[in-house]
Amino acid sequence: MEMISKFRDKDIVKRLLDNIYKESKADKIYNIMEVCGTHTMSVSRFGIRGLLPKNIRLISGPGCPVCVTAQGEIDMIFDLLKHNDVIVAVYGDLMKVPGSDGRNLLELKAEGKDIRVVISPLDVLKLKNEQKKDIVFVSIGFETTNPATAGLIDTIVSQNLNGFYVLMLNKTMPEIIDVLLDDNELDVDGFLCPGHVSVITGESLYLPIIKRDKAAVITGFEPVDILYSVLEIIRQINSKNFYIKNNYGRVVNSLGNEKANKLVDKYFELADSMWRGIGVIKNSGLKIRKQYKYLDASERFGLRPSDKSEIDGCKCGEVLKGKILPNMCGLFGLACSPENPVGPCMVSSEGACAAYYKYEI
Amino acid sequence: MCLGLPGKLVEISEDKTFGIVDIAGTKREVSLMILPEDVELGDYVMVHVGFAISKMDEAQAEETLKAIMEYYDGDDIEIQG
Repeated sequence: MEMISKFRDKDIVKRLLDNIYKESKADKIYNIMEVCGTHTMSVSRFGIRGLLPKNIRLISGPGCPVCVTAQGEIDMIFDLLKHNDVIVAVYGDLMKVPGSDGRNLLELKAEGKDIRVVISPLDVLKLKNEQKKDIVFVSIGFETTNPATAGLIDTIVSQNLNGFYVLMLNKTMPEIIDVLLDDNELDVDGFLCPGHVSVITGESLYLPIIKRDKAAVITGFEPVDILYSVLEIIRQINSKNFYIKNNYGRVVNSLGNEKANKLVDKYFELADSMWRGIGVIKNSGLKIRKQYKYLDASERFGLRPSDKSEIDGCKCGEVLKGKILPNMCGLFGLACSPENPVGPCMVSSEGACAAYYKYEI
Repeated sequence: MCLGLPGKLVEISEDKTFGIVDIAGTKREVSLMILPEDVELGDYVMVHVGFAISKMDEAQAEETLKAIMEYYDGDDIEIQG
């Protein structure tokens, strides 16, 4: 697709880098957080860290939904399987995330538990189910993914389908952005804002960032996108003139996707939610509205999250807050690798630890 | 998890709720339930977990590239498409 190839054009990359080197001040450190896990992967895959001047630091943030889901919430999936003969449908990213006892869904599947991988919530409706078991879809995601779960529920409700339930572990971005901005230990000058979350939310999500005199640039996922936004952030920091800039106009409408938001609003309301390494953040998650509670797997199967935030020794929580780089965790590359992950940041295809392990060591 | 893939619409159902997209040669059914824009065959949409979430705008892509070119204070370059 021509539209994409131009955003990988090496001449444009080279020219953007020229400008970045010219315009960044050598005596200043620029701390830029990429909030989105897909950005984390792109940054590592295209070797962008190594191309930038040493004083421009790209820090990975809490942008991988599987990674930020607290251990206590992950354990609900294991509890469900332990006590019920049901079909559990998950996104592939979840298969290797360990439960508190160290085992993962792949191992449980090998032992005979009925776990299916889907790539869309709607695939849940097509699963083979000869024994007519209850089917539970484990819903994990941010604003980009939340409308898809609403779409599944809308289909179940409008077609009056029976035997389908949703375990809601979804999270929302505004509150975690506030947590990051309020963290005195975190020194970030600008944010590469998540491109596909912005498709749904629009630009207003990032107002708190510019109110704190930090740059907020909505960014696509190709090398040219990322470098262009890094340059924009450098310019905003240098000029101290901060505003939300949409550098991903080919996909993101500044007002967001109202149709998707209406559907989310119809079925879900805000709820307190627990984040790995952070704990409970008020109104940072979604739960199914009262009139559709009969579809809520946590009600149907009596599932409650424990207060366990993360696995002992795993520093995912610190990585997600941008406090440490993945290779500063004692387990990194030794006890914890993609083949044998201890924490979700190493499991997920978007996890910062997985990105570092694959591309940066 | 927020990975989006651009796909070209090659079929649209009569009631416009579903389509088939071609993503780099692979054909897949996609829901148009939450797509805010009207689409036609041949349009590109951003696909996330089986749902089209946004229509991709070629003109906007050109705008972005043009803006990048204007940023650059060196020689003009021709972008090879």
